[in-house]
Amino acid sequence: MSKELIRLSDCTMKFDDEVILDKINLYIRDKEFLTLLGPSGCGKTTTLRIIGGFQTPTSGDVLFDGVRINAVPPHKRAINTVFQKYALFPHLNVYENIAFGLRVPKVEEQRDEKGKVIARRKVKLSEKEIDQRVMEMLEVVNLRGFEKRHISQLSGGQQQRVAIARALVNKPKVLLLDEPLGALDLKLRKDMQNELKRIQKAMEITFIYVTHDQEEALAMSDTVVVMDGGKIQQIGTPEDIYNEPKNAFVADFIGESNILDGIMRADGVVEIFNRRFQCLDGGFEKDEPVDVVIRPEDVDIVPENEGQLKGTVTNVTFKGMQYDIIVDFYGFKWLIQTTDLSPVGSRIGIKIDPDGIHVMKKSQYSGMFGDYSSYSEEYEEISDAEYEPEEVDEQEGGDEN
Amino acid sequence: MKTSRSLLAAPYVLWMALFVVAPIVVVVIYAFTSAGVTAAEVGDFTWSNFTGMGIYLPIFTRSFQLALIATVICLLIGYPLAYAMAKEGPGFQRTATVLIMLPMWVNFLLRTYAWMAILENNGLLNQFFQSVGLIDLVNHILGTDMAYFRMIRTQGAVVLGMVYNYLPFMVLPIYSVIIKLDHSLLEAARDLGADSTGVFRRVIFPLSLPGILSGVTMVFVPSVSTFAISQLLGGGTHMLLGNLIELQFLGGAYSPHLGSAIALVMMVIVVICMWIMNRFGEGEEQAVVL
Repeated sequence: MSKELIRLSDCTMKFDDEVILDKINLYIRDKEFLTLLGPSGCGKTTTLRIIGGFQTPTSGDVLFDGVRINAVPPHKRAINTVFQKYALFPHLNVYENIAFGLRVPKVEEQRDEKGKVIARRKVKLSEKEIDQRVMEMLEVVNLRGFEKRHISQLSGGQQQRVAIARALVNKPKVLLLDEPLGALDLKLRKDMQNELKRIQKAMEITFIYVTHDQEEALAMSDTVVVMDGGKIQQIGTPEDIYNEPKNAFVADFIGESNILDGIMRADGVVEIFNRRFQCLDGGFEKDEPVDVVIRPEDVDIVPENEGQLKGTVTNVTFKGMQYDIIVDFYGFKWLIQTTDLSPVGSRIGIKIDPDGIHVMKKSQYSGMFGDYSSYSEEYEEISDAEYEPEEVDEQEGGDEN
Repeated sequence: MKTSRSLLAAPYVLWMALFVVAPIVVVVIYAFTSAGVTAAEVGDFTWSNFTGMGIYLPIFTRSFQLALIATVICLLIGYPLAYAMAKEGPGFQRTATVLIMLPMWVNFLLRTYAWMAILENNGLLNQFFQSVGLIDLVNHILGTDMAYFRMIRTQGAVVLGMVYNYLPFMVLPIYSVIIKLDHSLLEAARDLGADSTGVFRRVIFPLSLPGILSGVTMVFVPSVSTFAISQLLGGGTHMLLGNLIELQFLGGAYSPHLGSAIALVMMVIVVICMWIMNRFGEGEEQAVVL
């Protein structure tokens, strides 16, 4: 495990009494790929902007390498940002955009033993060094030969690469990426995901990535931070987050889930619809009401008389790799993913292995998610979410000067 | 589809042809001909309107000089003002816009007459200086014996008139460019290590060049050709091109052919100036030529 690089401790952010972030505690390790994941308005962009120095938390501390940096302006942080809509300079060509950070004179501070600044001097890079580093960076992002191009002559994917190169050329310790792939089409987005991961590995830089796309988060991250309502809901590896969601919100937001009311009868025994199921969870009170998550792919369809539960198929959608079928069990609709077609109206039984059942404590999110009775509408919402606009409400506070 | 749309432009094209192109053609014809027998007809082709123009060189120089000074002053006052307006809150923006626009709602001549009243030898300003003892003080220091400061009928007064009248045309285009700047560009510049001077120098200023170019054009062109300001505030002692041309058409030196030639030369010089300036701001595409 690499060492801790950034820590947010009890960071709270308020705009006019509206709480955007509520006592966020988070640490980020050196060279890790960390993703802040959540729906729009959850506070993820604000968290990123606090780390970047564009916003100062109302209360709480931001530490970088153990030093408090709340009041350090963005241009003095060893952090660079890839902005949501790239924010490339329209008056400069590709080369000059990338060279921008290198041309800004750096102030080198000499400090005595007590950390007091005793001397400052401006350091300027030579044209030769700038040229070498820009060319190197163009190589990294596969844009060799584009240096003279005007920004307006680039495609979205190319602009994206320029934005990444422009940030990375400064050799930051941390790169912040604010929904960088949001404006790209699906195919390009997949390519760029791999590309970003490759760059991160190759350059050994900490990436802090903001997205509302859970697939993206799972595919790229070392650590995923799921946020909602200005609070961190869960921090963990992608596997942890998917397999062991902490509450109904996380279970619903990451992948598809059937979330049911259950009662914990004993360690390893949970009761759903008055039937007892074997599970692997324990440590609950006896007879404690719980939320039970069953992933659509963890359900086996069996003939009706062999099933632990019996239900009627009410909807079938062909998804290419599998069928998404909606099954009505005693009035509660489940989503099940299967490769075998069960036609609408047929009666089926299901079996769930103990490791397919995940038990969670009740939370404020209980009962809000995980029912597929309004399946079609929900699906529309999910697909819409991929194209949601930037979080306007979160951006407003940034216009401080 | 295409024809119906170009039909929509027909009234404007007609307007342009009648009131822009046709007069220019007339000016060109007049400039290259001598006077005819009657006022209605033109004489033979001639260069003489141009060859004799050398004696007016001082007027040309003065016109462009004063217009240039006025434009530079407008830019020096206008840019910071526009910048402040764009950066301050909406309250300041509204007030400042109204204050800038307000004089424009008052008749141009009236405004200039008001300046005459202010700048007169026994005008408001001199009365004020007198009452606070400034004139005596200056006399005492310099050992002079002035009864008033001479302000009206000076080149300074003409420049003042130009700046006062045309400043809004500098402020507004610059303001509208700066206010539309993408805030994330400024954040990106800071993110890449630029301090506030750097952000201004490397991003805000270059991106506001289109506004500056159109502001400069909109101040420089009317300043070069003004005749009312120089007549009222310059008192006829500092003749500008506008006055010279006016004199050829309405004044005693009646000679529309010479007047046209002068107007043509002035137009060509202005067009060349604008062309050079737009070349200078080439990268900023949107530059406006007016």
